[in-house]
Amino acid sequence: MKRTILAAAVTGLGTIAFAETAPNDITFGEYGQIETSLSGVAGDPAAGLEIMVARGKGNCIACHQVTALEEYPFHGEVGPSLDFVGERWEEADLRGIVASAKMTFPESIMPSFYKTEGFIRPGNAYTGRAAEGEIEPILTAQEIEDVVAYLMTLTE
Amino acid sequence: MAVPFGQAFADEDADLVVNGELEITVRAPAPAHLENLDEITSGWVYRSTETQAFQLDDFENPGMIFVDSGLESWTTVEGEAGESCASCHGDAEEMAGVSATYPKWNDDAEEVRTLTMQVNACRTEQMGAEEWKYDKPDMLNMTALLASVSRGMPVNVAIDGPAAATWEQGRDLYYTRTGILELSCANCHEDNYGNNIRADHLSQGQINGFPTYRLKNARLNGVHSRFRGCVRDTRAETYAVGSPEFIALELYVASRGNGLDVEGPSVRN
Ligand code: HEC
Ligand code: HEC
Ligand code: HEC
Repeated sequence: MKRTILAAAVTGLGTIAFAETAPNDITFGEYGQIETSLSGVAGDPAAGLEIMVARGKGNCIACHQVTALEEYPFHGEVGPSLDFVGERWEEADLRGIVASAKMTFPESIMPSFYKTEGFIRPGNAYTGRAAEGEIEPILTAQEIEDVVAYLMTLTE
Repeated sequence: MAVPFGQAFADEDADLVVNGELEITVRAPAPAHLENLDEITSGWVYRSTETQAFQLDDFENPGMIFVDSGLESWTTVEGEAGESCASCHGDAEEMAGVSATYPKWNDDAEEVRTLTMQVNACRTEQMGAEEWKYDKPDMLNMTALLASVSRGMPVNVAIDGPAAATWEQGRDLYYTRTGILELSCANCHEDNYGNNIRADHLSQGQINGFPTYRLKNARLNGVHSRFRGCVRDTRAETYAVGSPEFIALELYVASRGNGLDVEGPSVRN
């Protein structure tokens, strides 16, 4: 909610929309990290939590166990536990991993959540039919920021 | 790995003996062509104890009702030639071992045929009857019958000779990362079998148990329909049921199970 109000305030002032970075315009660091916010707006950890557990969104717990999300059933074992991930990694690293994990972990099974090109037989959501028109990334720039903000709360 | 939250447990060490007498091999050494696995395992192994139990007794196995329907078709005369399957092939038991060798190269037709394609070839060419629709009830009942008479016999599909090119196409498909999630069959069924993915306990994705009665939809399910569902779940454009791609993939996946026993119709969640 805070986000929308802020957005309205800024457009109200007649300034340009936030400096959002498109998937193809990202500059990755040497280890796949992304230094600057993709949306230009601080992430909201509460929104990030919702995205982590929603099947049609991040569905991160399909592959990752997270003790803090214990109340949401069925955590997977395909990736490592994300407990303490906010201590293990810097924010820029986590942004890079969530946006495009293969830049940090080559060949990773983890999907790229902020990518729009280079797919083989891209589909239209979970219909099994071909994607039509331009492909949207799985998560928006702001949703990536929200998830990263949530991951940063996973400290002790 | 840590015990995940909210999962039902599978007894991964259980053995499958049907009706107290028919021993089904659910674990076997991997065939030589499989580079990344030492042991192959039936999907039965990964199901919960309750789901496993359905297959221990034919009276408990809901798939066996469809075998009975298949047996009715077996003796039913259909088509212009006035034949039934039985009039050429005798008792259904004469087909013991056949489904374990499919998909298989057919010399006359010069193509790799799935069991479904062979049944339809008999229907159109021998009986003068209409084809049955791929992975639809009439066909699934028949392939369930044909699987049931091969239960306890090892899968043994040929991958060399004229089938080799199709097999290689299938292998390429198996390792191709499709869809917006960029996942291949191998990512889930080779790299992660035994692990949970959300609420699902991943198996090796073997097809020795097909057709499969799924508790989820309470009917028989064919191999290509299962492939379709898995590809769809990578947020990809799937191939069609009965397509050349799925025929090739079926040959390849079947060959990954060479050495496991046929157990169809199996029961899965
Ligand atoms: C299909 C499986 C899958 C999904 C879905 C998935 N991940 Fe991952 N993730 C992995 C795997 C596997 C790794 C281990 C890295 C590798 O490939 O070596 C990983 C690694 C990570 C890491 C680094 C962990 C560490 O400490 O090394 C983070 C952080 C992470 N994932 C966050 C997420 C978030 C957030 C989401 C959802 C928006 C998500 N993942 C969705 C499979 C997945
Ligand atoms: C008029 C005779 C005839 C009828 C009727 C007939 N078939 Fe066949 N069937 C054959 C012949 C001949 C072959 C061998 C075909 C070949 O190898 O190309 C065959 C092969 C098969 C095979 C493969 C056997 C193997 O070892 O690979 C299956 C399975 C089969 N038939 C099932 C059926 C079913 C099911 C029906 C009824 C729906 C049926 N057939 C009806 C003549 C018949
Ligand atoms: C995102 C993960 C994922 C991918 C990718 C995937 N599958 Fe699956 N598959 C599953 C799950 C989950 C199940 C149900 C549990 C099980 O049996 O593994 C399943 C089940 C199966 C089964 C049924 C096994 C049985 O014993 O009944 C087969 C066969 C199968 N998959 C084949 C494939 C093939 C072939 C591909 C590639 C075209 C593929 N899968 C890709 C997740 C996946």
